[in-house]
Amino acid sequence: MTLLTRRGLITSGALGGGLLLGACDKLTQSDGVSSLVKSAEGATYRWQRLIGRNALAREFTTADLSPVFKANGSTDPDDDAYRAHAKADFANWRLKIDGLVERPSEISIADLRRLAARTQITRHDCVEGWSAIGQWTGPQLSTLLKTVGLKPNAKYIVFHCADNYGGEISKGGAQSTGLYYESIDLVDAFHPQTILATHMNGAPLTVAHGAPCRMRIERQLGYKQAKYVMRIEAVDSFAKMELGHGGYWEDRGYEWYAGI
Amino acid sequence: MATIPIADDGLTPPSSAPYLWHRHSLATRLTHWINVVAITFLLGTGLNIFNAHPALYWGHYGADADDNKRWLEIGAIDNAAGQPRGITRVGPIKVDTTGVLGVSTGSNGAPQQLGFPSWATFPSVRDLATARNWHFFFAWVLILNGLVYYGVGLATGHLRNDLLPRLRELSLSNIWHDIVLHAKLKFPKGEESKRYHILQKVAYGGTVFILLPLMIATGLSMSPGIGASWSWLVDLLGGRASARSIHFITAALVVGFIIVHVLMVVLAGPYNEIRSMITGRFRIDPETPR
Repeated sequence: MTLLTRRGLITSGALGGGLLLGACDKLTQSDGVSSLVKSAEGATYRWQRLIGRNALAREFTTADLSPVFKANGSTDPDDDAYRAHAKADFANWRLKIDGLVERPSEISIADLRRLAARTQITRHDCVEGWSAIGQWTGPQLSTLLKTVGLKPNAKYIVFHCADNYGGEISKGGAQSTGLYYESIDLVDAFHPQTILATHMNGAPLTVAHGAPCRMRIERQLGYKQAKYVMRIEAVDSFAKMELGHGGYWEDRGYEWYAGI
Repeated sequence: MATIPIADDGLTPPSSAPYLWHRHSLATRLTHWINVVAITFLLGTGLNIFNAHPALYWGHYGADADDNKRWLEIGAIDNAAGQPRGITRVGPIKVDTTGVLGVSTGSNGAPQQLGFPSWATFPSVRDLATARNWHFFFAWVLILNGLVYYGVGLATGHLRNDLLPRLRELSLSNIWHDIVLHAKLKFPKGEESKRYHILQKVAYGGTVFILLPLMIATGLSMSPGIGASWSWLVDLLGGRASARSIHFITAALVVGFIIVHVLMVVLAGPYNEIRSMITGRFRIDPETPR
């Protein structure tokens, strides 16, 4: 009994002290520990889908709008083709929709703006911890997906963007192109508040906020709200795309399911 | 030690000799130590997450430009000599916190600009992705562990009998009496040490019934998914930015509880106290002077 007590004391003391000194950092480098820790994401995803598969994000009024909506991440993509489109006010720009769809399509910004639009005032939650309330207007993603027709094996919708964060070596050591991309499941893809926003606070999207259109996936964090969407692709898996985790930040350790 | 009788049935042995009494159930001991590990990681990862945006606001939203909603911020400025100084602002009060908050010594020995210092965070370097992964893993551990604790505590009556203050215990004279005893470091002896007194009930009960549930409620409220499913909870807490502020304040209160708790364990006799939380057995010394 005495031994057990002393051992318990020493173990708990060493654990606490070691943590304070950051000596447990090496735990994060163990693959086994990392995969155990990341298993929480699946539990979170399944539990949130269980309690509110079709729940709507809280919508606010114009009185609640943030005076300044912080433009974060890329604010001016360094890409010649994108810049040429921006200069021409996106007159020649086309949104591609392809992958596992029955009728691959291209749609102009004018046609996108002509589709039945949804306007919603929602809170944008950055993974860093800040929030801002903005008004977004644009067609529902479901409208576009119904038009092109998803093939039965389509499981995820991927958004390919014009902005490049630079292809630094990511966690795990593999090299990515650095191109921004994101992906969501079909529950969120067909969610009524999932829209391709062409307008923010009543005006066409500015370049800083993702012109000509950005995603609004209101039940997930800011990094899911892909800006500068160039192409929408339906896939059955994103395992072979870039570093295989379904998004630029996901490839760098962030949760694919960003509802938390 | 071996000669001390064990009274697992809770009955007082007739002799006036010290004896070991079964104080903590297996469920209490297990959930206690799981909580120690979970809360240690939650605090360290929480501070790492906080460092990604070291500012707090009241209301539904808050970001860089929302000065009127920001009540706390940890930042750094260069002084006249060009040296970085850590500045912490709480409401109208600004304090130079160089060395700990805002500017502190990094793992390479050089000063670095960081909200909370690297020795207080997990991982020790700024790593929001890893900190989040670990925070949510241990949040699940805390919740599941808490459900076991509450379930067993309700079923056995432990919560009601041992932690919930009786109405008569809440009298000012009783509370004052206990404060005086604590101030004199006079801890209950003998049969009196078998039950929690009012300050213990307030500390343990407050943590179990108020702080930890509030920790979880405010944590859940920051999740945009839960914000959609349970928007009433976010509204109840005054909005997401408020929930984040309350999450931080409550974490500070939990740290305060841990400091007082550990201090009291040390003062009351760490060997006996810690043994009772490991093996369950607590030595009862008779009140009568030997």
